[in-house]
Amino acid sequence: MELKEKLVSSFLAFENKGGLDLDSNVHSIRSKAIQNFEKEGFPTKKDEEWKYTSLKSLLKKDLGLFPSTDKTIGFKDIKEYLINDIESYTLIFIDGVFNSFLSDTTHDDCDVCVLSSALTRPKYKMIVDNYFNTIAKDNNSMAELNTAFTKEGAFINIPKNTIVQKPIQILNFSTGKEKEVMLQPRNLVVVGENSHVQIIERHQNLSKNTTLTNSVTEIFVHKRAIVDFYKIQDDTKDSSIVDSTFVTQKQQSIASVHTYSFGGKIIRNNLEFYHEGEHITSNLNGISILNDKQHVDNHTLVNHKYPNCESHELYKGIYDDKSTGVFNGKVIVEQEAQKTNAFQQNNNILISDGAEINAKPQLEIFADDVKCSHGCTIGQLDESALFYMQSRGIPKKEAKALLLFAFGNDVVEKIKIPQLKTRITKLIAKNLGVDLGFEL
Amino acid sequence: MNKFTEDDLKKELETKEYEYGFYTDIEADKFPIGLNEEVVIAISKKKNEPEWMTEWRLDAFRIWKEMEEPDWANVNYEKPNFQDISYYSAPVQKPKLDSLDQVDPELLKTFEKLGISIDEQKRLSNVAVDIVVDSVSVATTFKKTLNEKGIIFMPISEAIQEHPELVKKYLGTIVPKTDNFYAALNSAVFSDGSFCYIPKGVTCPMELSTYFRINEGGTGQFERTLVIADEDSYVSYLEGCTAPARDENQLHAAVVELIALDDAEIKYSTVQNWFPGDAEGKGGVYNFVTKRGLCEKNSKISWTQVETGSAVTWKYPSCVLKGDNSVGEFYSIAVTNNFQQADTGTKMIHLGKNTKSTIISKGVSAGHSQNSYRGLVHIGPRAKNARNFSQCDSLLMGNLCGAHTFPYIEAKNKTAQIEHEATTSKIGEDQLFYCNQRGIDTEKAIALIVNGFSKEVLNKLPMEFAVEAQKLLEISLEGSVG
Repeated sequence: MELKEKLVSSFLAFENKGGLDLDSNVHSIRSKAIQNFEKEGFPTKKDEEWKYTSLKSLLKKDLGLFPSTDKTIGFKDIKEYLINDIESYTLIFIDGVFNSFLSDTTHDDCDVCVLSSALTRPKYKMIVDNYFNTIAKDNNSMAELNTAFTKEGAFINIPKNTIVQKPIQILNFSTGKEKEVMLQPRNLVVVGENSHVQIIERHQNLSKNTTLTNSVTEIFVHKRAIVDFYKIQDDTKDSSIVDSTFVTQKQQSIASVHTYSFGGKIIRNNLEFYHEGEHITSNLNGISILNDKQHVDNHTLVNHKYPNCESHELYKGIYDDKSTGVFNGKVIVEQEAQKTNAFQQNNNILISDGAEINAKPQLEIFADDVKCSHGCTIGQLDESALFYMQSRGIPKKEAKALLLFAFGNDVVEKIKIPQLKTRITKLIAKNLGVDLGFEL
Repeated sequence: MNKFTEDDLKKELETKEYEYGFYTDIEADKFPIGLNEEVVIAISKKKNEPEWMTEWRLDAFRIWKEMEEPDWANVNYEKPNFQDISYYSAPVQKPKLDSLDQVDPELLKTFEKLGISIDEQKRLSNVAVDIVVDSVSVATTFKKTLNEKGIIFMPISEAIQEHPELVKKYLGTIVPKTDNFYAALNSAVFSDGSFCYIPKGVTCPMELSTYFRINEGGTGQFERTLVIADEDSYVSYLEGCTAPARDENQLHAAVVELIALDDAEIKYSTVQNWFPGDAEGKGGVYNFVTKRGLCEKNSKISWTQVETGSAVTWKYPSCVLKGDNSVGEFYSIAVTNNFQQADTGTKMIHLGKNTKSTIISKGVSAGHSQNSYRGLVHIGPRAKNARNFSQCDSLLMGNLCGAHTFPYIEAKNKTAQIEHEATTSKIGEDQLFYCNQRGIDTEKAIALIVNGFSKEVLNKLPMEFAVEAQKLLEISLEGSVG
């Protein structure tokens, strides 16, 4: 049976067996979503938005939709994936199921808990009704699919005037009890006026089995709030992810989403920013370092709708072996959005002959008093710089790594959590296959 | 002969449909509307074409029938009904006028602004020229020079008769019949166009232009151009005219094929100023053009275009850089005003080693117009050391227009070096103020700034053209400041 039919036919069972409330609002949202998915199906290469990325090889697999969870997973198994040299709230999901034993949640100043309880408890009804699936709906078929199978994920609700002192880590593990699984985590983040929060998200496969994660995150940023969201994608070579992140911003807020793609079979990121007020700043940063036959596809959209807003986008890519990269950055400046300042840059380095990059920086501008620019480059390392370093006794491999490291450093510099910065630096060094020999 | 208006034609067709049949040599100079195999055969017969050509057209027609009209471009228009068009019309003889006084004063004003000489004005507005300096005799002299050099320059219909071996060898090789909807349509029904062949080692001593191709009044609706530059030759080719062309045809689907063999160079310049529709966006020409060039070893193709006319433009002059060390260039200015829409750009396909391409695209949008740049830079896996530089700048005037860029960049070779940059801005109020302060009125100041903005492209045009094109930009933007 095809995966699409399997998904559609198991929808009823999913709602009934899962003990989900069939009278709720959420039920009608789910039903609508599965209808939309059934109509649209999985994206194919014929869709302009999926021109360079094909999910075909994954969809052929017999993916298990409701994996059984491995209860034997302990702290030692997941320790290395946590950033544990800082205090933080943690939300640990194992095979899509929340693990309260390993997690550290709170309800004190703010809510850092799970979506399943938010969807069912009357206390959160208003928040769910106001926010859940308001930006993700009618966007793309993968997001619709996730909505239909929404059950679990992170729920973060920060009230007004709250500075969350500790970063929040969201970790999704798959243990590979089944050979091939599909996971659909769903996160909802609401940040109130004048509040500040930092979130780190990671998906990790603990086995060598195949996983396909179809994740959706909705982030609502209210007036003058500041949100930093870090995504670490350093998964195994058999793991794929389709990640859709939607951000809605109110006036004077600052939202930054950082994407670090270092590993995975197919990585597809849909990152979209929608503005609902003036003087908004949106930051999009990304770095991709891939080798082997890995594939990364970064699709971004910044929709400028109001005057006096800014967006800064910086994506860097280093592609080795037979890896392929896609960058599609869309910036829309609507007629009302005068005095917009939109900047976009995409730099790529191809290290080997089999590597490939497809870039499409796209500007659509309907307002005249704006400052918009984009730049895109594809090139290789500067031979003379390499020679200079070699002539001073630095081996070629290290010299190369240093130059590549310097190339990606602009993006790494934007990380505001020092411990995370160290971790990312180490990951970059690991991916470049060298020990840099210095701490940054 | 009285002026034959479209209303007359319509009436005639409604009443007299199919009266003449297709094969007789009829006096009427238009075919009944509609398109089918018989019409294609009839066009071929009319041109007295050999059988292989008829077959070629029919094949294209069959391909076209299977195709769908593309709608991916960033333009909105009412799709033409292809069964509502007459696919053949001999150049209609316009009534000869006795003096310039009888010409539409609006037209004369434009001529004056463009700085076109009196003789030229008369020629363009169909006034009988009776002075000694006859443009025809000038053209004859040119023809003689070309003949001495062995350069073939003639209507493509004549070339099919006189040089079938060349036409057969190259026609449809760069833009195949299957390429796209409009290319297939053009292949089936093209009426005429230019054919140009530069022999080995010859540098064409003058700018070749359709202007000197005598007996060719008016622009064909489905033009087909084929330019072949043999090894080590050079040619500069001009197409179009800066003078406003009040063309009755609404749909234009031309195909241009350029072939630059080893060490050859082709420079192809276009100035297009067809009727853009009135200020409310009514009427205007649809311009759907397929232009492509093939570069063999060490050769170079350079496209330069100034696009100010047409209601809808859909045009991507491209270069296939097949040979090693070949070079492709694209310089473009697209100006849109009122309700014009332009979706234009280029494709640079790098296949050979050490190939280079440069793309400079400038878009100016005013009024309610939409101006898009759509381009592709493709570096194939074998294209070692390929180099591309692209720059697209947009200038927006007013708050109702739009500027868009859709660049596609695909690199499959690690030695590729690609740079792409795009900016969008408006004319600075400080710049305008500076000009005003020095006694330059706003309209002049804008022209000045736009000219500066487009300088990089204007510089690439042949001299005479550049001067006229500069003025053309001013005229196109007239009244856009408010």
